[in-house]
Amino acid sequence: MLRYILGRLLALPFILLGVSLVVFLLLRLGRGDPAVDYLRLSQIPPTDEAVAAARVMLGLDRPLPEQFLTWLWNALHLDFGQSFVNRRPVLDELLYYLPATLQLGAAALAVTLVVSVPLGIWAARHRDRLPDQIVRGIAFLGVSVPNFWLGFLLVLLFSVWLGWLPPMGRDGATSLLMPAFAAAFMSLSINARMLRASMLETAGQRHVLYARLRGLSERRVVGGHVLRNALLPIVTAVGMHIGELIGGTLVIENIFGWPGVGRYAVSAIYNRDYPVIQCFTLLMTLIFVLCNLVVDILYAWLDPRIRLKGEAPS
Amino acid sequence: MTAATDAEPAPAAAVAAPGRRRRWPWPARIGAGLAVLLVLVALLAPLIAPHDPAAIALTERLQGPSAAHWLGTDHLGRDILSRLMHGATVSLGAVAVILTLIVVLGIGIGGLSGLIGGRVDAVIMRGCDMFLTIPTFVLAMFMVGVLGTGLVNVVLAIALSHWAWYARLVRGLVLTLKEREYVLAARVAGASRLRVFAEHILPGVFAQLVVLLTLDIGHMILHVAGLSFLGLGVTPPTAEWGVMIGDARDFIWTNPLLLVWPGLAILVTVAAFNLLGDALRDALDPTLQAEGDA
Repeated sequence: MLRYILGRLLALPFILLGVSLVVFLLLRLGRGDPAVDYLRLSQIPPTDEAVAAARVMLGLDRPLPEQFLTWLWNALHLDFGQSFVNRRPVLDELLYYLPATLQLGAAALAVTLVVSVPLGIWAARHRDRLPDQIVRGIAFLGVSVPNFWLGFLLVLLFSVWLGWLPPMGRDGATSLLMPAFAAAFMSLSINARMLRASMLETAGQRHVLYARLRGLSERRVVGGHVLRNALLPIVTAVGMHIGELIGGTLVIENIFGWPGVGRYAVSAIYNRDYPVIQCFTLLMTLIFVLCNLVVDILYAWLDPRIRLKGEAPS
Repeated sequence: MTAATDAEPAPAAAVAAPGRRRRWPWPARIGAGLAVLLVLVALLAPLIAPHDPAAIALTERLQGPSAAHWLGTDHLGRDILSRLMHGATVSLGAVAVILTLIVVLGIGIGGLSGLIGGRVDAVIMRGCDMFLTIPTFVLAMFMVGVLGTGLVNVVLAIALSHWAWYARLVRGLVLTLKEREYVLAARVAGASRLRVFAEHILPGVFAQLVVLLTLDIGHMILHVAGLSFLGLGVTPPTAEWGVMIGDARDFIWTNPLLLVWPGLAILVTVAAFNLLGDALRDALDPTLQAEGDA
């Protein structure tokens, strides 16, 4: 187990290196000249001399490999450059907004699990009857409804009409409810459907039949034998949705005036503030990769078949 | 247990399935019908829309539904129904271009990788892995950052953030199909590599690709609308569903209906293509159906 975790941790720097190279290359080879954008955001007229000077200042006159190595060296010292807009260190800015995003993301994950697990069990235990139909309906809505629109509908219902919850801002647990639910709705509906399918599959297996034959109560059969094995696919499913959850969180922040990296990144993209865009992408990727690592470790821990084999499919 | 009981009739069913015309289940028919209707609306929007979607009439702003404006007017007095119809053109047009790009990139890069194999394959696949490591929506946002805002760039960004999944998939399919006997037979018979790929491998790849792409259409519509809502995609004068929701947010306290219509349009469109995709998957791949409904 320890070896497995160590191996995965050792792979991490290489993954990040690869991603930073791809991100760097795309930014440099993409359209547009960072020097021109730098001048525009600094409100300096882009004369030929000014562009040339900016290119030297930003190191754009150097060969690409040298630019990348310089960037990498600085990045290893946690220096990701300065924002073109306000000249503040990019990493500091992003880390300032990150806690709010992580809070919302964690809340969305919690909502996903707290809602989807009971729904999945409920549907599986009443297969093809009303509860099952309801859960299927929710699952279908979940993959079809735009999360930002759902956010507005929630505001409409709970803030405008009922006046129960604050429509915007980050102020205590009540302000977290709507954004978390809106960001989580897609993952929770997919999760509920997967848990249902996986419980029905497990319920047909022999060890469950044997547990029933031993005269165990329905509660113990479902809890100890069906659910326990059915939860494994859920762990994988959660891993698959983490990207979706991150994306959802970034969009939802913009609706609820949630002071996270999503709103900051959108304005940076709009302004073509390259250092911010670059650092934002890497930061989100790092979080994504770390979450997946946790999921994989959890999976290995839950499933002896993987744990004892020593390595898991990545 | 199910595997054992299924094993016997499976070959017969697999042979019979393509020839036997099954009646499509209701959800599939509804999905297909709606999808066709939406495509027609998207194609004919300039002809059938009752008003000019960009015509501003400040005297008629924020009206409720009426005979002249079936769904009312927005904050600039523009006809909402007409804007929704033109929005279908933008959304479905964008998705059509994205799908084409993904098919070309997926088959091009994935096919090449699978066919050549060896070191080229390894390099391409590591490149794909890097793209797959970045969360899709973040990658799409990043691509918009690289390319700039606007509809064309959003289309490119979404295609460029999804291609790696399909390249991987195509490569996998090519690798399995390459070893099939009929493909080997064609090689032995002296067909060139290119001809084998085009005539014997591509059709098999294409069928699978179409199913998966249909399942993904809804997802892509949501991405286009999401990026436009954030102000990174379609710019405001153009009628687009995400932009309309963004415009309507200021009127949530006074005219909530403004917010409801474009969202419903997205919901219905995405749902239609999801139903269609599910139906296609079930029709072409009985094993997946068993998995989904187990």
